[in-house]
Amino acid sequence: MYAFEYHRPTSVKEAASLAGGAEDAKFLAGGHTLLPTMKLRLAGPANLIDLGQIAELRGIERSGSAVTIGAMMKHAEVATSAEVKEAIPALAEMAELIGDPHVRNRGTIGGSIANNDPSADYPAACLALNATIVTNQRKVAADDFFQGIFTTALEEGEIITRVSFPIPSQAAYAKFRNPASRYALVGVFVAKHADGVRVAVTGAGSNGVFRVPEMEKALSGSFTPDALNGIAVPQDRMNSDIHADAAYRAHLVGVMARRAVQAAAARG
Amino acid sequence: MTTVSLTVNGQSVTADVDPRTLLVQFLRDNLRLTGTHVGCDTSQCGACVVHLNGHAVKSCTVLAVQADSSVVTTIEGIAEGGELHPMQAAFREHHGLQCGYCTPGMIMSAIDIVNRKGHALDEQTIRAELEGNLCRCTGYHNIVKAVAAGAQGMAQSLLRQAAE
Ligand SMILES: Cc1cc2nc3c(=O)[nH]c(=O)nc-3n(C[C@H](O)[C@H](O)[C@H](O)COP(=O)(O)OP(=O)(O)OC[C@H]3O[C@@H](n4cnc5c(N)ncnc54)[C@H](O)[C@@H]3O)c2cc1C
Ligand code: FES
Ligand code: FES
Repeated sequence: MYAFEYHRPTSVKEAASLAGGAEDAKFLAGGHTLLPTMKLRLAGPANLIDLGQIAELRGIERSGSAVTIGAMMKHAEVATSAEVKEAIPALAEMAELIGDPHVRNRGTIGGSIANNDPSADYPAACLALNATIVTNQRKVAADDFFQGIFTTALEEGEIITRVSFPIPSQAAYAKFRNPASRYALVGVFVAKHADGVRVAVTGAGSNGVFRVPEMEKALSGSFTPDALNGIAVPQDRMNSDIHADAAYRAHLVGVMARRAVQAAAARG
Repeated sequence: MTTVSLTVNGQSVTADVDPRTLLVQFLRDNLRLTGTHVGCDTSQCGACVVHLNGHAVKSCTVLAVQADSSVVTTIEGIAEGGELHPMQAAFREHHGLQCGYCTPGMIMSAIDIVNRKGHALDEQTIRAELEGNLCRCTGYHNIVKAVAAGAQGMAQSLLRQAAE
């Protein structure tokens, strides 16, 4: 790990001004992506700004139609939150599928979304649930936020403060885990909203998380697994590596989508 | 250098550290608590698991400075009055180890599982919850047995304490 200067602000404002004033700064949340990357010397920020002591980045709140989660909430906290389990059980279940218990005790929603790993789970939940990503500067719709592998709408020094999830009428997440890394080989999040169904896929796409308009249209007509008959995602948009080739990933998208719809429908 | 103050196994410690220092290095090199192991240093194996404010974490993926003002418990901190913690006793009784390298992390994870999931643990739950802990030797069967027995042992020890 390269040397860095460590900062521990206690407010978002202080964190932003530290980032603005420092050369080559990076925010540290749970550190479960950033620290391994720094150990490998793939990242070597001169200044590390720890968001861990900022109280305003914590908390889970339910309003009538949405659940809003603070950026520094850990995966384990989301997985076990009574509010989340009641309002959007699919989101709590998704958080419970991230990594292992130790990873869930450190990794945060804000860090996962800012990182936008092509195999991460939260990006799929954000897209399917039509979430709004709130930063210290603005609000960004999930559709505009995720912009390809490890790329987001975040500007230099911009901090995610909260993520707001509209409560769907039915939703579920089906994940085919890579048995070694536990990241998604393919994960499909399906959510039925008053104005239609949204389907988001992670792990599979060569350009990161994506929606499947053909599936959304079919499921908006009939929210059943059979509505997906005959719909295939194009293989040339799929990731291909030693874990799974493009054809297999494309096939898994269909299988996981059916499972997600089945699970969502069973929830009633 | 950055100053860090925390409580480790009930004792408060303060030290000046290079901010790069990992919590596991701080425990092993500064405090000479070498029971916490480094198996992979890549967040995969769980040999380095300690409790940070009561929750199991991989201490190779936490900076010591991130643990400022926190309470840390390591494998050295769980036995009481020279008597093994019930989970340690169960690993011995059920032969839940061979080389023992993974054992401190397994035991700290196992206690965390009991804290979250209670004392009646079925095999499936134990196996799923141990996903973040790798063992190269045992094939896991005896570890799973040890965790189930240790969970019961922890319940009995609570009952005994309540009776006293
Ligand atoms: C063994 C292992 C298994 C894992 N398995 C999975 C899995 O199955 N599914 C999955 O989705 N993930 C998985 N992860 C990743 C894990 O969820 C990470 O914790 C997460 O991706 C990053 O969150 P973090 O809080 O650790 O962020 P950090 O590592 O601290 O930061 C990640 C990036 O986000 C930036 N950042 C953090 N917070 C903010 C913010 N509030 N505003 C702006 N930028 C910010 C940082 O500057 C950095 O660039 C795994 C990790 C490990 C080590
Ligand atoms: S040494 Fe920390 S997870 Fe392997
Ligand atoms: S006993 Fe040898 S690694 Fe587990």
